[in-house]
Amino acid sequence: MTRWFFFCLLLALPAWGAVGDPNERLADPAKEALAREIGRELRCLVCQNQSIEDSDAQLARDLRRLVRERVAAGEDQTAVIRFVHQRYGDFVLLRPPITAATMLLWATPFLALGGGIAVILLRRRRAVAEAAALSPEEARRLAELDRGPA
Amino acid sequence: MSDAAFPKRSRRWMLYAPFGVAAAAGVGFYAMLQGLQDGSYNPRGVPSVLLGKPAPDFSLPELEGAGLPALAAADLRGPLPGPVLVNFWASWCAPCIIEHPQLMRLSREGVAVYGINYKDRVPEAGAFLRRHGNPYGRLGRDEPGRTAIDWGVYGVPETYFLDRQGMIRWRWAGPITADTLESELRPLLRRYA
Repeated sequence: MTRWFFFCLLLALPAWGAVGDPNERLADPAKEALAREIGRELRCLVCQNQSIEDSDAQLARDLRRLVRERVAAGEDQTAVIRFVHQRYGDFVLLRPPITAATMLLWATPFLALGGGIAVILLRRRRAVAEAAALSPEEARRLAELDRGPA
Repeated sequence: MSDAAFPKRSRRWMLYAPFGVAAAAGVGFYAMLQGLQDGSYNPRGVPSVLLGKPAPDFSLPELEGAGLPALAAADLRGPLPGPVLVNFWASWCAPCIIEHPQLMRLSREGVAVYGINYKDRVPEAGAFLRRHGNPYGRLGRDEPGRTAIDWGVYGVPETYFLDRQGMIRWRWAGPITADTLESELRPLLRRYA
């Protein structure tokens, strides 16, 4: 029983790591919520598949602190994100803006969908064309078969 | 007759299309692998937004005990006597040891190499310079890492090349190896000499 208890405790261990440093948080819950929302939009440039809110990297911690300072100073989401974007470029945004360089990135789902629709349409058209190409001889034979042996 | 021939001919390209797509993908992948090998393509690399712009505003204190002048943005404003390298480094950073001989070499050749010591402790940073040599003409200390954020630094070592006008022309994230020195820095130094 105790063994199971400690085993479960061991499984819960990563949860402790996920809890952010309470010292980092802003006293005002509304501002802390805004800071978190902003942080989730910003990529951690060290680990790259995490937002700065999720990452434990030193740079992510610095950026979290910077975001909180700016939020505490009364800046809104756009201003804070612009500040970080000016320094790290599009790469830092987990939702990149639509520009000439990112056009293909944004267009890919629609291109894939369009490609799929095109394939379906082409196949259907071919099926229809083949159905229409019944020669008079075949038509006669088909009618014969339809009548049946009776 | 022509009606029957037309769809046949128009569909023939579809037979070759997959080969065309596969060939194009092959060429693309080959180029990517080549780039990965020689370092010109890095899918995880963060392109610098500072290229073609002057250094951001900053003013850093000196590293106590190093006996080197401190570094501020004013030292990087053109016109400068020659191109300048700004190198972010730390004593705890292993790749910094790899690139150090190249910085020493450039410094000996008379290239202005300025350093920004990133998130480091004073005694360790001083010991690093005593042990591996000092290539820096100026050295600023960025313990909080705020200046690094203003430069868009995302790891050490990171090196910026500024021309005589003080414009940032090149950024290298990672150690400057002997290869990087020859293939990237030498042409830049010639071009902006």
